[in-house]
Amino acid sequence: MAKVTLKGVKKSYGQVKAIHGVDMEIQDGEFIVIVGPSGCGKSTLLRMIAGLEAITEGTISIGDRVVNDIEPRDRDIAMVFQNYALYPHMSVYENMSYGLRIRGMSKSDIEKRVQRAAEILQLQPYLQRKPRELSGGQRQRVAMGRAIVREPSVFLFDEPLSNLDAKLRVQMRLEIKRLHQQLGVTSIYVTHDQVEAMTLADRLVVMNLGRADQIGAPHEVYARPATTYVGGFIGSPAMNFLSCRVENGSGGPRAVLSDGTALALPTAWSVPPGEYTLGIRPEHLRTARPGETPHLMLEVDVAEELGADTLLHGKIAGEELVARVPSYAGYHDHSKPGLITDITLAHLFDKESGLRIAV
Amino acid sequence: MIERRPIADFVGHLILIVTVLIVAFPIYLAVIAASHDLAGISQVPMPLLPGSEFFTNMANALLEGPKIVGVGRGTSALLLMSNSLIMAISIAVGKIIISLLSAFAIVYFRFPLRTFFFWMIFITLMLPVEVRIIPTFKVVADLGLLDTYTGLVLPLIASATATFLFRQFFMTVPDELVEAARIDGAGPMRFFWDVLVPLSRTSIAAMFVIQFIYGWNQYLWPLLIAAAPEYQTIVLAIGRLMRAPDAYEEWPLIMAMAVLALLPPVVVVVLMQRWFVKGLVETEK
Repeated sequence: MAKVTLKGVKKSYGQVKAIHGVDMEIQDGEFIVIVGPSGCGKSTLLRMIAGLEAITEGTISIGDRVVNDIEPRDRDIAMVFQNYALYPHMSVYENMSYGLRIRGMSKSDIEKRVQRAAEILQLQPYLQRKPRELSGGQRQRVAMGRAIVREPSVFLFDEPLSNLDAKLRVQMRLEIKRLHQQLGVTSIYVTHDQVEAMTLADRLVVMNLGRADQIGAPHEVYARPATTYVGGFIGSPAMNFLSCRVENGSGGPRAVLSDGTALALPTAWSVPPGEYTLGIRPEHLRTARPGETPHLMLEVDVAEELGADTLLHGKIAGEELVARVPSYAGYHDHSKPGLITDITLAHLFDKESGLRIAV
Repeated sequence: MIERRPIADFVGHLILIVTVLIVAFPIYLAVIAASHDLAGISQVPMPLLPGSEFFTNMANALLEGPKIVGVGRGTSALLLMSNSLIMAISIAVGKIIISLLSAFAIVYFRFPLRTFFFWMIFITLMLPVEVRIIPTFKVVADLGLLDTYTGLVLPLIASATATFLFRQFFMTVPDELVEAARIDGAGPMRFFWDVLVPLSRTSIAAMFVIQFIYGWNQYLWPLLIAAAPEYQTIVLAIGRLMRAPDAYEEWPLIMAMAVLALLPPVVVVVLMQRWFVKGLVETEK
């Protein structure tokens, strides 16, 4: 077990810069999830930690050792790949023990470790099978078993669940979480799935275009997104963004939308007047009760019923907006509900840079 | 095919059967000719039913062999065939080893002029042995390798075709497998032996069949290199017997040798075919 430290890590392929400088300190035993869309550099970052990609600039240390020039096998890491990367001609047992055999470990020690890992992962009945005789979830478990038997100080997961079907993914997600609680090994997990990210992470790294936009605990990232990008990426459905002009009137600051609708901002917010982006999460909107004056009037074009909740999709001031309301409220396509929002839960971002405005 | 189309089935089978007959008839004739004595085979028209001398002829060919003109004694087919076998197996195995290694280098290593070397190998595909036969002969002769197995085998071992085939196969092996092996701590040669070679089993089997037959059927090169009877191959011997001018041609014996020459390639194909099918059924990757 070890902590992992990244200092000013950069990666470029010729002229193209893939990673623009990431600083991060991962504590011993922590579960870090790197999340972001395709092409944001999250896998590259992981592969640099693994030693499969060269580091253009900066340093990566595992434990107290700078590992920039150390081969993957000597970094004391184990990696689980997206497509499992099991050796197709070897049995499950051989797959799991291959790394140990190369290190020249004794047969009885190998046997012990493989049996223990197989027990944790419930793979004992399959040890003599070939990977092709296993289901996707079982293969994924073998891939994890191969990582576990090495007893590394860091686990690296590269989108390990994206080849599984939805149900199995939920199940394996839980298994990974349990495994981490059981083994307590520092883990770095790359995914593009924000649900996986939120549920697994002790801390979350949201990557965007080769930068870490925000590093923080899941609830913190959700409650206080550092940029519009993070706000839009974490949370489902995505946060609504409305362009607005902030004015300081007699009754405190107000956000005026392009169609003239004015939302009163909390009086405690001290914001210089100007153009901003207002972020409101769909779950922080509710329909107005009789007698209440709605803050916003939504013209619903599609209502998606999810069972407990209904997502109302529509437009306000020419901009797309989604509200998540309880299904019993009874709104359907083309209804025109008035919406109330708890403005203290709203987020204000700089219009140009997309950075969060501290209020 | 699930649909039933009796007429199409019939036509298809007819074409197949006729083609098989056309291909098989000369071979049948060779077997028939090998089963008569010289007088029997010399009748007009040639008999189409087997005679009684098959085993006598075979034994004769195997143990004594027909007289080769200009050479005092006969060379037994047993010796000729063992020469052919040594040559064909050495060529096939040598080609596979060399091609596997060179394809491994080309696909998995970044070295200066990598593409240049690949194209150099690839271009030699376009040069048949005949084109470079005089310089090759000169080199082999200068090395004193005439009338040796080394001389027979070595110049034929490099293979652009097999290198190319293995390169194509290696390129389909997922990169993650290489990375997993790196993390597991396997060095390049370890990865080659433990992962690549086992995965290439079916390609290796295919290459072995092709290259074995290629080696077995070599004619021109042994003709130049093997002057001494003890290094002659069976294909060479048959060729010499056929072209013997004004010679007393022992057709039954020659045909017996031709049938014998057919057998090892057939055995290799039949045995290896099981591997092909196995390889096709269990898609590993």
